[in-house]
Amino acid sequence: MKIGVITFPGSLDDRDAQRAVRLAGATPVALWHGDHDLQGVDAIVLPGGFSYGDYLRAGAIASHSPIMAEVIDSANKGMPVLGICNGFQMLAEARLLPGAHTRNGHQQFICRDQKLRVENAATDWTNGYADGQEIVIPLKNADGRFVADADTITRIEGNGQVVFRYVDVNPNASINDIAGVSNERGNVVGLMPHPEHATELGFGPDTTDAMRSGTDGLTFFTSAIAALTRA
Amino acid sequence: MPTIVVEVMPKAELLDPQGKAVAGALARLGKTEFSAVRIGKRFELTVDGPVDDALLAEVNELAVDLFSNSVIEDVVSVTVNE
Repeated sequence: MKIGVITFPGSLDDRDAQRAVRLAGATPVALWHGDHDLQGVDAIVLPGGFSYGDYLRAGAIASHSPIMAEVIDSANKGMPVLGICNGFQMLAEARLLPGAHTRNGHQQFICRDQKLRVENAATDWTNGYADGQEIVIPLKNADGRFVADADTITRIEGNGQVVFRYVDVNPNASINDIAGVSNERGNVVGLMPHPEHATELGFGPDTTDAMRSGTDGLTFFTSAIAALTRA
Repeated sequence: MPTIVVEVMPKAELLDPQGKAVAGALARLGKTEFSAVRIGKRFELTVDGPVDDALLAEVNELAVDLFSNSVIEDVVSVTVNE
């Protein structure tokens, strides 16, 4: 099982995403934004960071990268694709996911361990969770406010395309506390918080058990492996 | 050389945090004549050669597809400065 992680100019969390893939039991494959080659991977992660310095709009320039032609084609054929933070912004800019992102409502960068509720445990990246399960993973962004017009919000809420919602704190004034969404088919998922930073004991968020012991994010990657194994 | 100017603004119904921050600064400076500030983007495209209808059509397309995101922004003008 090979899961590709695409590196863009300004990606920061590509190595962390590769490590998460490895910890989940798959083989990470480093992919390059300027190529037209997915190297035969079974799934793709678009990692976090600040591609092209967030110039124009966050994720906008990267969403027109050469490799995005292959990503869009594969996503439309059903390949599991996960966009984390800047990757989520790219998937929205590429119109693979609904909505868009603007500056956080409070106008500041925010970094915190964030509680989320899994609203849809049927997607390729969430099938290992239970519907309604609460998880804690890190969040760190400046342009994280999810917005869409009222019709789109009604549609994605009705379709179960709201996959994650912020709990206790809405850190960026996202509409309806939306933290992550999927496409209609459920193979493309994007969210602002970072599951790849909560995959290994000693390096995740604090829990009631021990400092830095949170590994709630690992299930994203094991879910994708399960989805691919079933397919 | 001619320049094509594209202007993009955040949608009116959306919160514009940048504009809000500047509005706050104006209020702190005692400039009470202004009730709101909105900040948009201006793109200046320098053209090698004449601007014809085909090129303008292409820029209009780029304005919608690349320079703006229709979910959050509107293209308010595309003009030519000779």
